[in-house]
Amino acid sequence: MSVIIDNFDVFTGGFWITLQICILSAIGALILGGLMAVLRISPVPPLRAVGTAYVTIFRNLPLTVVMFFAAFGLPTLGSNADFLRIPVLDVVFTRLGTDLPYFRFAIIALTLYTAAFVCEALRSGVNAVSPGQAEAARSLGLTFIQNLRYVVLPQSWKAAAVPLGSVIIAMIKNSALVGFFGVVGDLSSAADQLTSAGGFPFIPVAIGISIGYLIMTVPLGMYLDRLEKRQAVAR
Amino acid sequence: MSQNLAVLYDNPGPRQRKITWISSIAAVLALGWAAYALIYKPLDDKGQLSMELWGPLIDPSNEYFVAVWERLGFGFRQTLVAAALAIVTSLVLGTVLAVLRIQLKHLLKRRFTGLSAVAAYPLRGLSRLLAVVTRICVEVFRGLPVVLTIFFVARGLPEFGITFSTLTYLVIGLTIYNMVVIGEILRSGMEGLPGGQAEAASAIGLSPFQTTRMILLPQAFRIMLPALISQLVVVLKDTSLGFIISYEDTLNIAKQLIGALDNPIQVYLLIGALFILVNYSLSKLAQYVQRRLARGSKTKQTPIPPDPSTALTAQATGGGN
Amino acid sequence: MRIKRVATLAAVAALTVGMAACGGDSEETTGGDKDFAAGSTMEKLNKAQKLRVGTKFDQPGFGQKGLTDTPEGFDVEVAKIIADELGIPASKIEWTEAPSKVREDVIVNDNVDLVVATYTINDARKERIAFAGPYYEAGQNIMVKADDASITGPDSFKDGSKKVCSVTGSTPAEEIKKYVKDVGSQLTLFDTYDKCRDALRSGQVDAVTTDNVILLGYIAKDEGEFKLAGENFTKEPYGIGVKKDDADFRDWINTVLEKAFEDGRWQKAWDNTAGKFGAELGAAPTVNRY
Repeated sequence: MSVIIDNFDVFTGGFWITLQICILSAIGALILGGLMAVLRISPVPPLRAVGTAYVTIFRNLPLTVVMFFAAFGLPTLGSNADFLRIPVLDVVFTRLGTDLPYFRFAIIALTLYTAAFVCEALRSGVNAVSPGQAEAARSLGLTFIQNLRYVVLPQSWKAAAVPLGSVIIAMIKNSALVGFFGVVGDLSSAADQLTSAGGFPFIPVAIGISIGYLIMTVPLGMYLDRLEKRQAVAR
Repeated sequence: MSQNLAVLYDNPGPRQRKITWISSIAAVLALGWAAYALIYKPLDDKGQLSMELWGPLIDPSNEYFVAVWERLGFGFRQTLVAAALAIVTSLVLGTVLAVLRIQLKHLLKRRFTGLSAVAAYPLRGLSRLLAVVTRICVEVFRGLPVVLTIFFVARGLPEFGITFSTLTYLVIGLTIYNMVVIGEILRSGMEGLPGGQAEAASAIGLSPFQTTRMILLPQAFRIMLPALISQLVVVLKDTSLGFIISYEDTLNIAKQLIGALDNPIQVYLLIGALFILVNYSLSKLAQYVQRRLARGSKTKQTPIPPDPSTALTAQATGGGN
Repeated sequence: MRIKRVATLAAVAALTVGMAACGGDSEETTGGDKDFAAGSTMEKLNKAQKLRVGTKFDQPGFGQKGLTDTPEGFDVEVAKIIADELGIPASKIEWTEAPSKVREDVIVNDNVDLVVATYTINDARKERIAFAGPYYEAGQNIMVKADDASITGPDSFKDGSKKVCSVTGSTPAEEIKKYVKDVGSQLTLFDTYDKCRDALRSGQVDAVTTDNVILLGYIAKDEGEFKLAGENFTKEPYGIGVKKDDADFRDWINTVLEKAFEDGRWQKAWDNTAGKFGAELGAAPTVNRY
């Protein structure tokens, strides 16, 4: 147990970096996923095709392959993901602004991958809204955009909340993979280094790292379970 | 879905059709230009489209072609073996877990009034303890990333003196995670069935276990079959995590080939396409199964299917990786 | 029964004599003409006719598995020399991948019989396993792009502006941490060296640090793209990892190594593998018997 106390700063540092990655990727995935969902239900066929292709590709690829492309394909295309060095965010999320691009690549990979699932969750929410609502909106003369904005989307939130929550939990767990793709200092790479090079005993490190992840996933999971039960009753 | 699409906007009139046409063409042109400028040209500039890099993968007359595809075939077989083993064991253990949790729920209701107080209270306490422990285990293993589960299994079991092959570690790690997910899928399926069935079963004298075994479980399986097939897709994707413990699956073999041939982008594009193909077919299979089930149900009163969010929840929870 | 037993004994005797007669100096000797102390690891391995070796699969020149299903390289050849001395043909060697961070674990957990994987001898590792050798003396160095003159050694990282890449769990990674100003923004770690090389090539990092021979392998493969920056700044003696309390096996391997140093097998192994990169083998090191 002394391992945890002696290296507590490694654990907290790892937790903070993992949290940063999760927050940034969640924001990106929600935005991109929302965009893709709108594309998939739009009346323009090529845009629908783009949305469908995106979701098909990223739902069927293993995250490892996506991360690999972000970490090695992007540099080959000549990009260092410098567009992510947003000045305001840089202050809080310090790794965004450094020269080492692997933090930004990890966020891009995680965002692209999770956005596909977010899109599907949002679509299931939209489908759960009874068609009568959209028909009534149409009969009132609302256009497609107005229909979405004022009638369908606000109602779809409730149905989409639980799947969205699950997707976010899954993303938190997937962030464990970034430690193997060049990001130094997050929880999983801390586990890797402490047990191998550090030579520390295995069980305390395993418990410490697990607690780090469980702090993030279990409360969210329990909140989602409660939300689901409340919705089931309400229906 | 298409029904909903038609609902969201009117049938397009002449003006709307013109607008749709124009925006379609504009979109196609914009996408084509983006694909060219952002992807094709930079790759071409760096010589990534040369036959030297692509040859061993797609050109049968290339000297390395046969060796490359033999290795890839080997890796692919390893992936399938690991996935098959993992899905079978997690199905079995997941079912056991689901049945166990339902049994524990029934056990909690029992008050053991037939026995003396000395025996009754500890038994009740014990059943409560078991239920809590099971709940904790389920939450912990659902909350841990699969990567870490595999990693801990491979590093932790040897500390206790148990050593296996990397395949076994990978299968154990995957099973631990997926059995919990499948257990939850089945359990929510069984609890979502109409309560009247369980009541009727107890009315004719079936014990809770018999009810579960003969009535609830078969129906839960049928309802949840699409979600279970999606879980198979998840397992297949997760086998690619084997490279962490040096299991020679498709991804690991790809890494070795890249070490020899030095064409990372090309190999990974090929592997990516392969994965997409396999997983897409499996997902289509899940949809087909779901359609057939919806059509050919034998009971007149079909059990209320769980709302779409549950299926997606199950999928997304496991479908993260 | 008796006739059968006599016949069997006679057959075995004839076979042994026959094999001893044609043993000699063929490359692949079959078992039967090696004599080991009873109960020793050597005898057990000889009887089992199987040697499990842990090596790298991704290090050009030392242990790399590419288009075949067995690895090739200097470490692989050294393992084959030991197998030969054990009376086990090279085809009966079972190769397991031993990336840097699991090399001690695979020995302690008895997944392999020995580890030959660019394995640097140091005291921390000696607490869990034992080393035979060294069989080669490398040194940590830094690889940069061929036209980069700004990095001349590990001290170039002290000002915090240069980024370096290495592999998780390796001694060079731990070593370079001493010279780097801020680990989070300067050091990046992957699981294999070729990922580091790709990062250097695309400019994500300014340098790759590990043992000089590994770097030379990459420099030779990608002609003219990279170069070594400066001199070796540590000494990395490569040893063969074996179980900690198996002193007999260790001694025996040391004897084998000394023989190989003298009769040219060691030099030949180098020339066929890492030597092709133009690196010098240098003088044979003295094995450390402790």
